[in-house]
Amino acid sequence: MAETEADAAAAPAAAPGRLRNAFGGVLCAFTLILIGVLAFSIRLFSVIKYESVIHEFDPYFNYRVTQFLSKNGIYEFWNWFDDRTWYPLGRVIGGTVYPGLTLTAGSIWWLVNALNIPLSVETVCVFTAPIFSAFASWATYLLTKEAKGTGAGLMAAAILGMVPSYISRSVAGSYDNEAVAIFALVFTFYLYVKTLNTGSLFYATLNALSYFYMVCSWGGYTFIINLIPMHVLLCIVTGRYSSRLYIAYAPLVILGTLLAALVPVVGFNAVLTSEHFASFLVFIILHVVAFVSYIKGLLTPRLFKMAMTLVITIGMAVCFAVVAILVALVASSPTKGWSGRSLSLLDPTYASKYIPIIASVSEHQPPTWPSYFMDINVLAFLVPAGIISCFLPLSDASSFMVLYLVTAVYFSGVMVRLMLVLAPAACILSGIALSSAFDVLTRSMKFQLSKLFDDGSAISGNGSTEGSSASTVNTNSSKSENKTEKSEAAPKEKSSKKNRRKEKEVTESVPAKSKKEKRLSVLPLEASVIGTLLLIILGGFYVVHCVWAAAEAYSAPSIVLTSRSREGLHVFDDFREAYAWLSHNTDVDDKVASWWDYGYQTTAMANRTVIVDNNTWNNTHIATVGTAMSSPEKAAWEIFDSLDVKYVLVVFGGLVGYPSDDINKFLWMVRIGGGEFPHIKEPDYLRDGQYRVDAQATPTMLNCLMYKLCYYRFVETDGKGFDRVRGYEIGKKHFKLTHFEEVFTTHHWMVRIYKLKPQKNRIRAKLRKLKSGSKSSSTLAAGQKKNPWQ
Amino acid sequence: MWMRRELRHLAMARRNSLTTVIADVWDKAKHLREAAEEEERHVCKAWKISSQVVRPETTTTATMAPPLPTSILLLLAVAFTVAAATATSPTAPEDGIRVVSAEKRIDLTGPIVKVYLTLKVHNPATGSDASHVLIAFTPLEAQHLAIVKATRAEGKRKKKVYVPLPVEPVDLAANAPDGARLYSVSLSAPLRPSETTTMEVFYVLTHSLEPFPAEITQSESQLVYYRDSALLLSPYHVLEQVTYVKMPSNRVESFTRVDPTARSGPEVKYGTYKDQLPYAYSPILVHHENNHPFAVVEELVRKVEISHWGNVQVTEQYKLKHGGARHKGVFSRLEYQSRQSISGASSFKNLLARLPPRVHSVYYRDEIGNISSSNLRTDSHKSELEFEPRYPLFGGWHCTFTIGYGMPLQDFLFESEDGRRFANLTFGCPLLNTVVDDLTIKIVLPEGSKSPQAVVPFLTEQHLETSYSYLDVVGRTTVVLKKKNVVGEHNVPFQVYYEFNPVFMLAEPLMLISAALLFFVACIAYLHMDLSIGKSQAS
Repeated sequence: MAETEADAAAAPAAAPGRLRNAFGGVLCAFTLILIGVLAFSIRLFSVIKYESVIHEFDPYFNYRVTQFLSKNGIYEFWNWFDDRTWYPLGRVIGGTVYPGLTLTAGSIWWLVNALNIPLSVETVCVFTAPIFSAFASWATYLLTKEAKGTGAGLMAAAILGMVPSYISRSVAGSYDNEAVAIFALVFTFYLYVKTLNTGSLFYATLNALSYFYMVCSWGGYTFIINLIPMHVLLCIVTGRYSSRLYIAYAPLVILGTLLAALVPVVGFNAVLTSEHFASFLVFIILHVVAFVSYIKGLLTPRLFKMAMTLVITIGMAVCFAVVAILVALVASSPTKGWSGRSLSLLDPTYASKYIPIIASVSEHQPPTWPSYFMDINVLAFLVPAGIISCFLPLSDASSFMVLYLVTAVYFSGVMVRLMLVLAPAACILSGIALSSAFDVLTRSMKFQLSKLFDDGSAISGNGSTEGSSASTVNTNSSKSENKTEKSEAAPKEKSSKKNRRKEKEVTESVPAKSKKEKRLSVLPLEASVIGTLLLIILGGFYVVHCVWAAAEAYSAPSIVLTSRSREGLHVFDDFREAYAWLSHNTDVDDKVASWWDYGYQTTAMANRTVIVDNNTWNNTHIATVGTAMSSPEKAAWEIFDSLDVKYVLVVFGGLVGYPSDDINKFLWMVRIGGGEFPHIKEPDYLRDGQYRVDAQATPTMLNCLMYKLCYYRFVETDGKGFDRVRGYEIGKKHFKLTHFEEVFTTHHWMVRIYKLKPQKNRIRAKLRKLKSGSKSSSTLAAGQKKNPWQ
Repeated sequence: MWMRRELRHLAMARRNSLTTVIADVWDKAKHLREAAEEEERHVCKAWKISSQVVRPETTTTATMAPPLPTSILLLLAVAFTVAAATATSPTAPEDGIRVVSAEKRIDLTGPIVKVYLTLKVHNPATGSDASHVLIAFTPLEAQHLAIVKATRAEGKRKKKVYVPLPVEPVDLAANAPDGARLYSVSLSAPLRPSETTTMEVFYVLTHSLEPFPAEITQSESQLVYYRDSALLLSPYHVLEQVTYVKMPSNRVESFTRVDPTARSGPEVKYGTYKDQLPYAYSPILVHHENNHPFAVVEELVRKVEISHWGNVQVTEQYKLKHGGARHKGVFSRLEYQSRQSISGASSFKNLLARLPPRVHSVYYRDEIGNISSSNLRTDSHKSELEFEPRYPLFGGWHCTFTIGYGMPLQDFLFESEDGRRFANLTFGCPLLNTVVDDLTIKIVLPEGSKSPQAVVPFLTEQHLETSYSYLDVVGRTTVVLKKKNVVGEHNVPFQVYYEFNPVFMLAEPLMLISAALLFFVACIAYLHMDLSIGKSQAS
């Protein structure tokens, strides 16, 4: 865009060329708008098929925070101590949350309401993700354009607009950090590459601000602060050091780190944890290199050599000292300065070995091969071609793309969740690949056709060669731009570009150089036609797959389930039924215990205090709940009572066959509980290494609270107690609850809520003891045996 | 200033009502007159206040305004004081009137108590003309009284028509013993000496069935108390009377006997009693089974947004409660599903709302999303929305939800003869068989509409607000009507008059167009300006 502006303003002489450029600019802008619309609307399947509602678990927390923000303002938000969660500990929301998403949606809401457009906070939250995916595809356009020109940029933007991996995190209603973070990530990379190409301090500053936004938005910012140093290091090692590189990197580290430290959740972590050390190290190296190159310019070669040896010896010593101090510092902290999630990035087996709570989340598992095909589809095949294209020729920008891809592939192999980081890289490289492929194919087609015409009629040949040469000139000019950027200093750049283009336009009629190039990469006409068709078919497959993924695979909000039967659509709205019941028919200060998965939803939808939630910051607390769930009734009652719990909520899918229920999650409760409280032993619950609840189940299993709460009176529904998820009859069918009473069960039995029975009156119990001592009534004594409170 | 303007509107209304009086259309639509009289009182009050407080302002503004309205105001004020004096005088019971026979039918079959009273009133030869007949209520009844209606049978035999009569509370309650509240029924034609007439009085009592026991388990059915008097509470001598109490089922736990008392199935008959003195009272208590859904809307906010682009959007926010015996102990879904007839007999899971015909885009949701269990049936006369709350409601359980729908404008908006527009809407709550404790109706008029005036056939609390919606600048005038204790009988049409200039409809489109224009102009300007500080080398 900026270029076209410059062209329009600066080249009054070449009127037809200017017109064409203007037309190209408008076409490009129009295409971009369409891509934005596509990216936005492909994510609306969830709203059309289901409803405009917040999805899943974490988005409910973000939604709740946004509600608080819009109601109480920003200062209250920073100071918000949330007593509705992690009872009795509470949570400092302002200091432990990445505020980017919340602030973004909050300001959109504020703006919209300032214009008197009455949108609810919920609506704004639901549509934040689709809006930002449109932004992300525009950012991708900009980034790819910096590396490989407009065509590749548009291609990459279109591909990113509908890549399933990103759709899975940004459908309407999926109001999560990643939705805005991917935009911030790509935009930060764009600004970095832009700074690298132009050497402009303006872009460097913008880059730091964009990095700040990324830090606000997502913990994944560490990817940026490690990837960019890696690229800088790569540039230095391959001898591509330039002042532009310095401008691109040094301000980012200084400003970026200062800004990152402003975010409460990061704070001093921005300089204290080892995730950030790489950037400082590279910062030092960059300065050394800059200093060396400066000295090199000052001194004669002989003197320089001497100085070099001197500096290297001293430098090595200092370096060793610094490294030693760093190692000592890092080693002194228990996790070696790395957080659990980051450690599991480096060592994929780390989490499952040491932290069951991380391993228990499905999105932290390593992905399987089919999930690659599901999430990036044909891009997986296009990426290698894109890498090759990046090497022809290799520029700073294209080397960055390659580096980005390689690291993202590694990280995605560690955690399914990070597939999301891979998606933009794959899109960019596929866009580059497709664009260059089309470029080559259409160019050779044009060339061959013009040859055909030349043979046929000499008159028409002139016009067609002009056309074809025009296209080559365009590609040429972009290449030459890269060259000039590399060779020339920054401030003269703009004008030189213009001059260069003007020259090109003047010399258009004699494309001697371009003809040489054309001959190098000419393919036979048939091959190029077939190749183009095949590529279009490939793209078609991709589009079909993306639409399918958006419509079928990723659109379910997971709080409301549907099933299609012969009678029509059947809706399972049990979760909200239970939350609505809790919200309207229990006291506002009652505490609800459930497995942590439902914590965010309970606080957001039912507005009740929970013991643990999806934030999982306190392993012991979660283990306590896990222990209670895997203990027998009385012990569980004591644990819950000590936590002031009044209601216990369990999710049970056995009646309708909902597979992700608490019985299937039970192994994690045992594992996490057993990790902290050794009296819970996993083997007690296992029969032949398997969790079973049928007749072969262990007695510990059949007596634990979770089993009882799930299957209480379940046998009376069909007479047999057939569990549709597990596919067998349950082990213990008839039993009574002594310490809990059922207060609510939803329509399809998917959520069951129990109330802790109040403690029996102790004074009366004493009296009874006296009475039974005097053997006044045998019936009372018989009744007493069941009373555990004596 | 606002106050004065308001007074003028009311004055205009008064003038209208006066013309109707002059035209002598007493037998015309009853509620119109009721409304007019209500306004009379309203204006009287307003005038009394304004005469003390706002008087200086009116005099100062009178110089600016044409003198005509002030003179009309003064004239009207005189007229009112006279009218008010005549209106308050007949509250004392005219000695002569006697109730020859009275029949009271109490209908306890639903959650709301409905009482049908047939009075045969006789004015003895010695008395003077009687223009009012009084009805008495105990203080408790008066508290729960939702609506009183009276009709008078006129004509003989086949030509018999029932003429609705205006009913209004009498302020001089001190006259009645034990705090009894009197309501006076104005007769259409005064009852001359030695004349007899028959009146039908109908009234509705809410929250008058007291669950006993107050807490029941899932398997029990709901028993309620109903307290009333076997004798008609009346300021007159009652010569002969009988009271029937009808209950929903044969299961009657107990009832007070005031001989002669007879029970046949679900009906208990008290009487006939003869020659009772004024204000005779004989308490009765009926304990019976009533498993009807005691749906109580604790708070209902209806927002009606009128858009002259062709749509009337209604949003109704309900706070619903099961007002019956509180649920105690466990709720077992198993029993609720497998033994529906005996388990949770007093609970309910369905509600029926009767909406206007031709509604469109109906939605039903609560604060956490759609509720997918609803069913809409439409025909040319009405639309019926049958819906379920998220969970079945047992005694004491609450739920909240929102219903919204759009309606075509031409069904509801009309132009009156004086050029004003008026929206003809329905008061009350569209849910069937429910009591609304607190009803708020907000009529959001289009931006730029002026001098709104609501004409409701009964007393409501009214005020004006300004609300903002899509791209509003000055805000929309909103008429807020509030009423407590609303039942189905309140679902009658009411009108909101306002002045509107259609030019205002173009305000928002023009605003958007100019915003877009400005944007493009800004773009063009930016593209044609060189904002760089350094001189371009190219030139």
